[in-house]
Order: sequence, then structure tokens, then C-alpha cells
Amino acid sequence: MELLERFAAGDLEAFEVLFRQHQGEVYAWTVRIVRDTGIAEDLTVETFWRIYKNRTRFKPDGNFRAWARRIATNAALDHLRRTRHDVTLPENLPCPAASDGVVRRQTRNSINAALHELPPKYRLVVTLALVEDESYADIAQAAGISESLVKIRVFRAVRMLRKKLNFLRTEAVTK
Amino acid sequence: MSNEERDNEKMKNATKELLKQSVAPVQDSELRRDLWPQMLRKLHEQPLPIHSIPWFDWALAAILSALLLLFPGAIPALLYHL
Repeated sequence: MELLERFAAGDLEAFEVLFRQHQGEVYAWTVRIVRDTGIAEDLTVETFWRIYKNRTRFKPDGNFRAWARRIATNAALDHLRRTRHDVTLPENLPCPAASDGVVRRQTRNSINAALHELPPKYRLVVTLALVEDESYADIAQAAGISESLVKIRVFRAVRMLRKKLNFLRTEAVTK
Repeated sequence: MSNEERDNEKMKNATKELLKQSVAPVQDSELRRDLWPQMLRKLHEQPLPIHSIPWFDWALAAILSALLLLFPGAIPALLYHL
């Protein structure tokens, strides 16, 4: 029996093989969304827990990688929903050192806070599309929505962000 | 491309620049440790719920049991039809 068939039938050894094959990829995708290594590790385990729980729904001739990515995106989105109003930024949040002279710390924090305040589904697409430069097609597939909906959400998120950050511009003009 | 679309694209690119000055793309997304032991712990701590039988099947079974208790005379008829 093939590996995916054995997994769908509930074989734990087959699941372990799939876990080891795909954990790195699931983690890499998740950390791009949640931007915290510890949380991304927990969500990777949560993703595979959901995968195992729903193994009977998986068609062995299907694309396991795409399925896992979709579940990982949902798990990350659930996390963003749970922590939406918790705007404490993770300590290991990556930030570009080279531009420190250009953008002041306060401004950077304001931009981060504005991003954190976005509704989770918008934060997801804006982070992946504008920060991580993922293609609309990949985001659409991972989020289970159409490419045009991704485009619309990016556009709306941009408008929301600019509205939130408008005060920064006026502040800069007055200086 | 219409003027509106051009403006939207400009706005998107400007926001993208602003975001990138503040939030850098994740450079190191490599997983540093094997998460399988953590996964095994979770599997042992949270046994899987019974998924093979959907809730509505349980509901049907409960309704049928209640009916048979209320009308035991229906049991032979049911057995005949099975």
C-alpha cells in the first residue's frame, strides 16, 4: 500500500514519515504568517494534529503538500484571531537593521501595531503578499479562496493601513 | 490600465515600501529541531474523538431506540424489514 493510503487508513508510521517529510515546510509557511518561531512550532504541531484528525477526508491521490499548507494557513489564521487584540509584538520579530536610520523606532512600532490591528484575514494576505512577496496564486491556494479575492483583500488592507497610518504622514509633514 | 487601477497600484507599492521598512521578510525560516516528539505527546494527551460515526447517525440511533422503547410492538416489524 502507498504511503498516503496507509496514512489515510490511520497508520501511525506512515503519518510519522509524512510528518518528517513536511514539518519543515509547514513550519516555514507558518512562521511567515505569525512571525514568531515558538508560536510557529506550536502551530506546526497543531497543523499535523488536525491533519491526523481529518485523515479520513484526505484522498490518497490528492496533493498532501497543498492540503497541509491549507490546514497550516487555517491554524495560523485561528491564532491571529485569538491574539488580534494582543498587540504585544514578539521579541524575535524580524526587522531590517539597515533602515533603522530612515524609520524611527516609534514609527516602526506604529506600523507594526497598525498591521496587528488589521482583521486577521486581511493581515494574513497583506503579510504574505506585501512583506513576504508570495504570489497571489499561492496565497489563494493556501487560504482556499480565489486569486481575485486575494487581490481585493490586499487592496482593502492597504486602504485600512493607510487610514491607520495617516497620522504618521501628517506628523512627518509638520516636522 | 485605468487611472484608478494605476493609483491603486501606486498606493499598494507605497504601502509595501512602508511595511518593508518596518517588518522585514522572514530570512531564516528553517526548522531547528524535530517536532515529532512534541507531536507524539499531543497524540497521547488528546486521544482522537470517534470520527467514523457522524453525530446525526448517533441522533438517529437515539430516536430509534426511544421509539422501540415506547412501542415495543414495532420490534418484530423492524426486524422483518432489516
